[in-house]
Amino acid sequence: MAHLVLDHISVHYGNQAQPAVTQASLSVNSGDFVVLVGRSGCGKTTLLNAAAGLIAPNSGSVTVDGKQIKAPGADRAVVFQNDALFPWLNARENIGFALKLRGVAAKERDAAADRLLALVKLEGFGSKAIWELSGGMRQRVGLARALAAEPDFLLMDEPLGALDALTRERMQTLLLDIWAANNIGVLMVTHGIDEALLLATRIVVLAPGPGRVVRQIDAGFGRRYASGETVRSIKADPAFNQARAELEDSIFEGEAA
Amino acid sequence: MTLSADSNRDIPDIAAAGSPRQTGAKVRRASPVTTARIVSALTILALLLAWLVSAHFKLVSPVFLPSPQTVLWKFYSVATTGFVDATLWQHLTASLFRVFAALLFALVVAIPAGIAIGISAVGRGIFDPVIEFLRPIPPLAYLPLIIIWFGIGEPSKILVIAIAMLAPIAISTASGVKGASQDRINAARALGATRFQVILHVILPSALPSILTGLRIALGAGWSTLVAAELVAATRGLGFMIQSAAQFLVTDVVIMGIFVIAIVAFILEIGIRRLERVLVPWSGKE
Repeated sequence: MAHLVLDHISVHYGNQAQPAVTQASLSVNSGDFVVLVGRSGCGKTTLLNAAAGLIAPNSGSVTVDGKQIKAPGADRAVVFQNDALFPWLNARENIGFALKLRGVAAKERDAAADRLLALVKLEGFGSKAIWELSGGMRQRVGLARALAAEPDFLLMDEPLGALDALTRERMQTLLLDIWAANNIGVLMVTHGIDEALLLATRIVVLAPGPGRVVRQIDAGFGRRYASGETVRSIKADPAFNQARAELEDSIFEGEAA
Repeated sequence: MTLSADSNRDIPDIAAAGSPRQTGAKVRRASPVTTARIVSALTILALLLAWLVSAHFKLVSPVFLPSPQTVLWKFYSVATTGFVDATLWQHLTASLFRVFAALLFALVVAIPAGIAIGISAVGRGIFDPVIEFLRPIPPLAYLPLIIIWFGIGEPSKILVIAIAMLAPIAISTASGVKGASQDRINAARALGATRFQVILHVILPSALPSILTGLRIALGAGWSTLVAAELVAATRGLGFMIQSAAQFLVTDVVIMGIFVIAIVAFILEIGIRRLERVLVPWSGKE
């Protein structure tokens, strides 16, 4: 059981008048699926990058199990919106990258990569070059590459933002399947209200000017999927619509305040 | 990056568009690439013909412009019996050795320097002024100094060529390093890469297309410098052969030597394009 805690962090980029994020707090535990929502420019990506250790907050602290985070680490693997795969490596080699960094032998790496290719439903695509894959496939390779590091936390910055609607839905259930099968904590940024509701165990609502956390809402639809209910039946539940209305309200309220 | 067929596809065929021949009837036009190739071939033929004609009718004295046949014959005779105590093959290998030894030296020095310029302010502070100082200086200007310092042997010749190659490789490497995607660097760091691993596994491969471009420019610079490098105390080499021939007004050997350099440079250019296709097939595809 691992705990990732962002405690009252503020991030101020040098070239900007007001801070990107001010006094934001949130926590992610193993088994949590925390989703950050809010308008562009409210600091979602900044918070995620701070959790990853890619940027250092000006004040406040980021800790994992009480230990201060100073740099990125394989315990917090990141999936980026534009996959950020390495085009000089094929799909299998991309997935095995984290293991290569640790000095794992090529044979073991490939075996692990092939297991993960199967997990993200890309069997047989291991030898493909990155530019031969579609956007959805690339994003799945990116996900598999992050999972190969066997992270405690999976940090995802709008991982499905660039995908078409149908691919997106399939990826959402894939994310839920992987999250439910592994005891990892997920922190994800999204623009999609429905996506947030469907996936999250907790939704963190942010507001801009300066970026701050305005509300945290518990949600349980992802768990319902994990225990066997279909996405269609979840979305048909009036409770889903009601939750969406509440979430939208809290986003607008946050902005008005 | 490569001058392949794709880059020509959008250029309208001006010659065909301006011709009055098609009136209603559909004329199947050759692709612009084929057109350009045909025009190139015709241009070369025309130049060759002009040379043949002017040599045949002695429009220019044969001392200054020997006929193509004479040059072709020289090619054969120098290849078999040699000129200034070495065959064409020996001249060629001497020059190729110098150019490639220089290239190796330049790569070993300039790629790390380029990386240092690209990733760190200290590196930029150290190497940028040196590179910018060396870049505009013509090789003939520093040749005497190199000879004073390192003597008249082979190392001086290689060094003169290598210095001309440093700047293009270092500058291209630095620009490739700076162009490496921040997302990819962050992805590697988040997967547990150390700073050195990021350089080795992300920044260097990202910069490879750019480094190959630098290598191409450097080879061009190397060939240009070859003649200067072989000015002093050489006994073999294409540049030396051309200069010796010029001193005795053996114009056919001079022209033949120029052609040999052009052909070798052309073959190397094709080799580098092949290398690009093998090493950086992803370049331009993302």
